[in-house]
Amino acid sequence: MSAPIAPLNAKKNPNAGVFDGIGLWLLSPSWIVIGVFLLLPVFMMLIFSFLTKEFRGGVIWEPTLAAYDQFLFDRGLFGDEPPTIEWTYITIFARSIWQAALATLFCLIIGFPTAYYIATRSARSRSVWLFLITIPYWVNLLIRTVSMKFLIRDTGPLNQFLMSTGVIDSPIHIVNTNFAVQLGLFYSYLPFMVLPIYAAVERYNFALSEAAWDLYADRWTTLRKILIPVVKPGIIAGCILVFVPSLGAFLAPDLLGGAKTFMIGSLIEEQFKGNAGNWPFGAAASMILLSMVLIVLMFYARQQTRAQAGAR
Amino acid sequence: MTDSSPLALEVSHAVKIYGALPNAVKALNDVSIDVANNEFFTLLGPSGCGKTTLLRMIAGFETITEGSIRLFGENIENLPANKRPVNTVFQQYALFPHMTVLQNVAFGLTMLGKSDREANGIATRMLDMVQLGEFSNRKPTQLSGGQQQRVALARALAPSPKLLLLDEPLSALDLKLRHAMRVELKQIQEELGITFIFVTHDQEEALTMSDRIAVMSNGELQQIGTGREIYEEPKNKFVADFIGETNLLTTQVESIQGANAVCVVGNHTPLECASAGGISIGDTGIISIRPERITLTKPGSDATGSNLTGTVKRFIYLGTDTQCMVELDDGTEIHVRVQNAHDSATDFDVGERASIKIDQGAARLLVN
Ligand SMILES: Nc1ncnc2c1ncn2[C@@H]1O[C@H](COP(=O)(O)OP(=O)(O)OP(=O)(O)O)[C@@H](O)[C@H]1O
Ligand SMILES: [Mg+2]
Repeated sequence: MSAPIAPLNAKKNPNAGVFDGIGLWLLSPSWIVIGVFLLLPVFMMLIFSFLTKEFRGGVIWEPTLAAYDQFLFDRGLFGDEPPTIEWTYITIFARSIWQAALATLFCLIIGFPTAYYIATRSARSRSVWLFLITIPYWVNLLIRTVSMKFLIRDTGPLNQFLMSTGVIDSPIHIVNTNFAVQLGLFYSYLPFMVLPIYAAVERYNFALSEAAWDLYADRWTTLRKILIPVVKPGIIAGCILVFVPSLGAFLAPDLLGGAKTFMIGSLIEEQFKGNAGNWPFGAAASMILLSMVLIVLMFYARQQTRAQAGAR
Repeated sequence: MTDSSPLALEVSHAVKIYGALPNAVKALNDVSIDVANNEFFTLLGPSGCGKTTLLRMIAGFETITEGSIRLFGENIENLPANKRPVNTVFQQYALFPHMTVLQNVAFGLTMLGKSDREANGIATRMLDMVQLGEFSNRKPTQLSGGQQQRVALARALAPSPKLLLLDEPLSALDLKLRHAMRVELKQIQEELGITFIFVTHDQEEALTMSDRIAVMSNGELQQIGTGREIYEEPKNKFVADFIGETNLLTTQVESIQGANAVCVVGNHTPLECASAGGISIGDTGIISIRPERITLTKPGSDATGSNLTGTVKRFIYLGTDTQCMVELDDGTEIHVRVQNAHDSATDFDVGERASIKIDQGAARLLVN
């Protein structure tokens, strides 16, 4: 080629030119929004987690690792014993991950068929279904969670119905159990699973299923080998959208669960609420939560790029 | 067609009705076709005539409302698509986007229970056959339209189906590629000895590839025959008009001479027409005359021809030919096609009088 050799990165990004010069300026509103509302608060939390706590909330500007130390190690009541691992918070974290994973699984099991069903309806009934799915979300989450509690408590309509029909003799205790928390999380985040999967299935070309069927695959194999792999990005998006807020949720565990179902969200919430709080500790717990979420997302991103590289 | 071997496919009195009564659509009405083993059989017809419906019924994607489908003598209309030894090449290819080209082609074989090694071996051979051996590790999206088309073909052929169905497989390709693929498809079909049922609305495509063609219109079969039969002996006006170009003249039967009818055209000029029979004197009908079987001569120069005359109205240059519009003395307009090598049409000027000669046997009388 006689033309001058283009810079290396010009080849990577065909739109590169758009982003230099004026393009960067046009993007500045988004940068400001991201900076002020996203990066700044996280940065503040990071700083706070390394400061000294002030009783009755707030921080003293003295750098210390005390918050992280408190999270990980037990140094006795007066802080003078040799450190042992502090299991309380680790247990809460493990439980939260478990609860969030379980909620994600349930949302997936119910959400996938729901999304598939909606996506395969006629255009008109599709919008009706989507509307019905999103209706409850016009009501505040707190109110919905409280209503859920009224529904499932010992004297609530569910138990009354079951007793009046003679299925049970005495009320089933649902409130304050893991099951109740699961129910709350499931109910809160189901649409976050349904909507991305719906979007993926709606774009799915059903001729692919026909082609698989034509090539001697039964319906189950077609689902497993063709439909699910093709709509996988929607499934993963749904799982992330359910898992991440479930992990930090505090309304459902607070209102529907009890001491045994305490989750990270509630732990963090407590540190910033009222006078009993410990801001650096709350900030440290938030940072640990955030890093765990980021690790999960990075694994996902890594796998995506690898899958794409494999396609090359 | 040999009589001893069973027919590859027999569709008998197939009816297809979509939907329930108030807005039911009758897509096929009493369609029967017989396809011989190793035949390249084409379903040809305008958009919406039911070609895809018939094909999807044979594949097993649509149920048959009435009638039966037999594959090598066996009734298959109650078998689901995945139990029929029939494969389809889809119009938009429908390649699995998450699989490599090789995995796509091996899919059917794996589903039939072949080991991975065997499946990949056959798939590789199929890809070599369609000249895509070096692309086996690519994803379908990294191929051109023509290459995707070949993958779709290889994928459908890999399980060695008894019957291959192709729904307008070439319609998404550009002209050059389409022409090349016609030859290639025909070659592959002859090489593998698999019966092909090919759907198209392109009559040229049908004529160049098919052993036999079924012309359909409005859910009904119009005519089945070789390309030559359909072109030269169309059974009705629809077929004559749909396949190639033709001049259609309304007429009345004056007398009958054996299989031929003498009809009146122009200003009371008698014209001998071939006909399928079943006509009587006084019937009205339509005469079809292909434009390339008409020649123009200077008036009075040729006494042997008919004394049909007209005025040259317009010339349209078409590359290899010139099309000439002539207005007969009774006002009907006919098209005449002249090969440019002859340059006889260019002997005429617009507005000049010409005597019109119709080749022996070129006029066909169609009843309807
Ligand atoms: N699923 C369906 N429900 C109702 N009517 C249908 C359905 N599929 C096809 N039809 C109707 O049946 C008739 C035949 O359709 P078909 O798709 O077989 O036509 P085609 O000959 O393949 O046309 P094209 O060349 O445009 O592909 C059309 O009138 C069409 O509207
Ligand atoms: Mg069609």
